[in-house]
Amino acid sequence: MVRLTDLPEVDARHLVSKECPPFDSEPWVAGPPLRERRVAIVTSAGLHRRGDRSFAIQDIGYRVIPGDLPASELVMTHSSVNFDRTGFQQDTNLVFPIDRLNELAAAGEIGSVARFHYSVMGAGWLPHEIEPTAVELAGLLKEDAVNAVLLSPV
Amino acid sequence: MRPPRFLWVPFELGRPFGAPGDPAFQTKVLRAVLALLEREDGPVILDDFPEDAPATSEDAATGWVCPIGLPKPAAASEPAMLAEVLREVAQLAPWYAYAHEARGRSTFGVSGLEIEPVARFLHAFFDGMPGNPVAGVTLGEAFRLVCEDLRSWYLEAATARPGAGAATSRALADWFWGETAAGRLLLALQTICAKSADDGVRHVAVSQLVPRAQRHRQINLQSGDST
Repeated sequence: MVRLTDLPEVDARHLVSKECPPFDSEPWVAGPPLRERRVAIVTSAGLHRRGDRSFAIQDIGYRVIPGDLPASELVMTHSSVNFDRTGFQQDTNLVFPIDRLNELAAAGEIGSVARFHYSVMGAGWLPHEIEPTAVELAGLLKEDAVNAVLLSPV
Repeated sequence: MRPPRFLWVPFELGRPFGAPGDPAFQTKVLRAVLALLEREDGPVILDDFPEDAPATSEDAATGWVCPIGLPKPAAASEPAMLAEVLREVAQLAPWYAYAHEARGRSTFGVSGLEIEPVARFLHAFFDGMPGNPVAGVTLGEAFRLVCEDLRSWYLEAATARPGAGAATSRALADWFWGETAAGRLLLALQTICAKSADDGVRHVAVSQLVPRAQRHRQINLQSGDST
C-alpha cells in the first residue's frame, strides 16, 4: 500500500526498516465461484462500534462489527498517528467497504455478506503475538459459513 | 511474506479503497481484489492495482488553503493558549455541526468528552498531571484518545467546507499542525509529556502524538527549510 516514493522520506525509511519475518507455509486454498462466496471483512484499522471498548496502544484483541451496523456507528482508535484519517472521517467505505460489499451481493456478483465482520488494531505486535486472535477469528468465520475473507489494511 | 492472494494498491496510507465519496472507484478496487478468488494460478498471487486514486495529482494538491480564517496562534508557553484553542473551536463549531449533519456521523468522541473539556484537559498538562477524565482506561490511554478527538474534530470541521474535498491529506495535516492553536498545543505537549512521570503519557507523547512526517516538518521549519 502506497508507493515508497510517495511517502515523506522519514516515513519511507521507517517502513523499509521494519523486519518482516518470513512465513513457512503458502496456505493456498481453492474455492467456489465468486457468486457463491460468503464474504467477511477483517480490517486492521482499529475500528469498533461507538461505545465499544477502544483499542489499547498495544492490543491483540478484536472487536465485532455486526453486518447490519450503520456505518455511522463505527469509530477508529488505531494507535498509530502515521496515516491519514480524514478519508475515513468523510467516508467509512474508504476503509471498511461494507456498503460496496452489500451492493455486490445485491447485484449477485458475490453470494452473500457475512453476518459479522471483525477488526483488529494493526500496530504494536509481532505476527506470532496475534496468532491466537487469528485462530479464534478463523473459528468464528467458519461458524458464520464464511468462505472468503477480505483482509483489509489501513 | 507469501500470501495466497494479495492486491497491492498505490493509495496513501489510511485510504485502502481509494477515495472518499467515490463509490464507483471503491467498487472497482473491491472487484479487483475479489477477482483474485477466482484465479487458479496460485499458490501465491501478487497483483498490482493499476490506477491511482482520483484527484491525487499535484495540481489538486497545491493551492488548498483552509477557508476558515483562524487567528495566528500565540507561542505555546503562554497561558492564552487555551483561550486561543477555545476561540478556534467557537469559529469552527458551525462547520463541525454541518459536517456531522451532512455526513450523518462523526468519528469524534472516542474519549467520551465534548470538545471544550478536550481542550481543557490537554491544556491542564502545562500545570502538571491532570486527573483522568475517562473511566475504565489508564491516564496514558485517556491522553491518547483525547488527542485523537481534538484532531478528529478539527479535521472534520475543516473538510466540511465546499472545495475541501480536493484537499490532500498532507495539506490538511500541514494546516492542523502548522496553522492552528490546537496543533501548537499538541506539539508543545509532546515536549512536556515526553518527560511525564506517567509511563503511559510518556509513551504516547514520544510515539503516538505527532505524526512522524509532521515532527520532521517542524524540525525543518525551525531550521529554515520550508519543504
